[in-house]
Amino acid sequence: MDLLIPIFVTLVGAASPILIAALGELVVEKAGVLNLGVEGMMLVGAIAGFAAQFYTGNPYFALVCGAAAGVAVSLIFGVLTLSLSTNQTATGLALTIFGTGLSALAGAPFSARPVQLMAPLFPPELATHPIWRVIFGYAAPVYFSLIMVFVLWYFLKKTRSGLILRAVGENDLSAHSIGYSVVGVRYAAVAFGGAMAGIAGACFPLLLTPQWAERMTAGRGWIAVALVVFASWRPFRLLAGAYLFGLVMTMELYAKAGSGPLSAIPSELWAALPYLATIAVLVLISLRRDGSTNAPACLGKPFMPSN
Amino acid sequence: MPNRLELSGITKQFPGVLANDNVSFAVKPGEIHALLGENGAGKSTLVKMIYGIMQPDAGEIRWNGQPATIANPKAARRLGIGMVFQHFSLFEALTVFENIALGMDAKIPSRELEARIREVMQTYGLLLDPHRTVATLSVGERQRIEIVRALLLNPKLLIMDEPTSVLTPQEVEQLFTVLRQLAAEGCSILYISHKLHEIKALCDTATILRGGKLVDTCDPRQETSRSMAEKMIGTGLKDIVKPDGRAFGDPRLVVNRLSTSRTGHFDVPVHNVTFTVRAGEILGIAGVAGNGQNALLDALSGEIKGHDREAITIDGVGIGSMDTTERRRHGLCAVPEERNGHAAVGDFSLSDNSVLTARDRLGMVMMGLINSGAARTYTGKVIADFAVKALGPASTAGSLSGGNLQKYIMGREILQKPSVLVVSQPTWGVDAGAAAAIHQALVDLAAAGSAIVVISQDLDELLALSDTLAVINMGQLSAARPVKAFSVDEIGLLMGGVHGEKEAQHAVPA
Repeated sequence: MDLLIPIFVTLVGAASPILIAALGELVVEKAGVLNLGVEGMMLVGAIAGFAAQFYTGNPYFALVCGAAAGVAVSLIFGVLTLSLSTNQTATGLALTIFGTGLSALAGAPFSARPVQLMAPLFPPELATHPIWRVIFGYAAPVYFSLIMVFVLWYFLKKTRSGLILRAVGENDLSAHSIGYSVVGVRYAAVAFGGAMAGIAGACFPLLLTPQWAERMTAGRGWIAVALVVFASWRPFRLLAGAYLFGLVMTMELYAKAGSGPLSAIPSELWAALPYLATIAVLVLISLRRDGSTNAPACLGKPFMPSN
Repeated sequence: MPNRLELSGITKQFPGVLANDNVSFAVKPGEIHALLGENGAGKSTLVKMIYGIMQPDAGEIRWNGQPATIANPKAARRLGIGMVFQHFSLFEALTVFENIALGMDAKIPSRELEARIREVMQTYGLLLDPHRTVATLSVGERQRIEIVRALLLNPKLLIMDEPTSVLTPQEVEQLFTVLRQLAAEGCSILYISHKLHEIKALCDTATILRGGKLVDTCDPRQETSRSMAEKMIGTGLKDIVKPDGRAFGDPRLVVNRLSTSRTGHFDVPVHNVTFTVRAGEILGIAGVAGNGQNALLDALSGEIKGHDREAITIDGVGIGSMDTTERRRHGLCAVPEERNGHAAVGDFSLSDNSVLTARDRLGMVMMGLINSGAARTYTGKVIADFAVKALGPASTAGSLSGGNLQKYIMGREILQKPSVLVVSQPTWGVDAGAAAAIHQALVDLAAAGSAIVVISQDLDELLALSDTLAVINMGQLSAARPVKAFSVDEIGLLMGGVHGEKEAQHAVPA
């Protein structure tokens, strides 16, 4: 018990930014767009959020700034891939490289200067007992990520707009011929994905490490992209997957700290586990006999109407 | 009463082609009006302008007597124009209900929409379970979704683009019943097709287009199929010359209990297929799309390699476990259904495409080096003999129109003089003149002693071409019989076969 509760609280903290970014990417991919630039958008969100927190000390404003910065860079991706029909894979990779460089440049003046961590959402009196800490002990983004799981499930499954978004990702030409704006829907989805990635990025200085470090998202954006496939494009599986990955990452921390039985396994192995798990899941999915992966049929294909 | 729809002087120019040149005609309320023409005659362009997908460069569209500008499909639907496309704009991963909801402009609560869907299905006998995923439905069932979707908007004009190309004869009859019922209720129907006997059976008026121009507006019941066809292609139509009472030689292709295993979710494998084709014989294989035709073609061509050497024999040599190249060496050439990317590589020149299938039989490769001179000469011969409209052997396959590419592909295989030729959909999307030429080439190849298997969904084609006929349904092939021993009804029942019963079980009474 003494160990379990801190482990759980740590894993939720580690999983939430990944979950937020992955939820954004899920919506983008459901609309048929593959944006591999999540890592880059997260880094830009992280530096924007960090700077806002540094100057104003208002973490909510910092989150909004992170989201806005994420939207801004995602729209670069949008203009290139949606309006100019560039290759989505290459453009996404370029976006990651761009975001890494831009955040490093903008973050240089802030290096080694601390900011305030975001306080838990609920008053500390609620979280006095360890058990209550499991429920009430987190900052707002954690609750936001959980609400968004449900909201996005409902949006995709039950609303007309969600249906249109799925339709655009399934068969863009048909959606176009019925009269939906494929490019418009995809812009909206890409911008939403950018906002979520930006918020996820801002969570790193606000929740995890209260100072600026280059590449501070440390590949979590890639895990978010992998998680979407891992979860076969379903929000609740995404939640389970993110927490599973969060658990493995937490184990890595404990193993590094060299305490208890966990240190028997080298921390490098723990660090490799999420990636090994992703490969295993991808193999399992493609081995399915009926060949259905639940992937949106138009994923990654540029929209080319014949007239 | 004013005309429901009136077009006057409609003109549409594309770069390099005049798609519609001063076209004028009118559709009366409750009339079933045929729009007839070859591929490239301008039917699709014209219909796209009526449905608001494109705008005319010149001319006027009048709707119920009033001039109308149809800016987009939404505006068309608001006026009361519905359209059922040839290639369904359906979302396979979504349900019937979701597909229909997507096509509705007005926001209707799901419960109310579902009630209305069931009502329309009931009224017109278009039974379907709204909660089934489209991917699990047959082509005929998919078409019903499109029709229900169009009917929910209470259209005053329904445009049907080649609706019967994928249906069994029974499904065609059911469709006609629905269309006649609609017309009787006052809905006009614009029916696009090139199947003349259907137009004679269904339509009140026919407008014939050729090369973008209106050739004639006539009463199809007063015309013969032949006279309409000749107006369509502009010259006299050549019949297939098939000598009567031909004797067949020894069996050349013997297929014995050939089966394939399931490869993908929506693939239908073949099971225990057995048939024999003799020298000089054309065996037709009829069937509705998606009943194992692709698996059969792949198993014969060698794309699906079998384990049983004796399951397929050519002139007594077991080739059942050989790959495509070895089979070609033994004299079996094949043409798959899909032209682009399967039968030909779009980005390759025609010459290179010839090398891909003809290299062994015609010695185009010597010690690993391509003899490009031989490839060019052969390709030039194909282009000349089959009247392929291409700049030359160096043109890329992708630059040819569908019909021309098909002529090239058929020519490429036929001129290799294979002992056995297996073709799927040899004239799909090819205009009547070119189709006649391809048919004649097949008949001539058979007359020269080859055994030919033609897999097609076009029953007219099979009846004209085949000596013997078999029907494929759910991966099972019926016994082959002389084509004269079949009635069209009988073929239709075999085509529907087990599939038809399964359909009935799934249909939910509304």
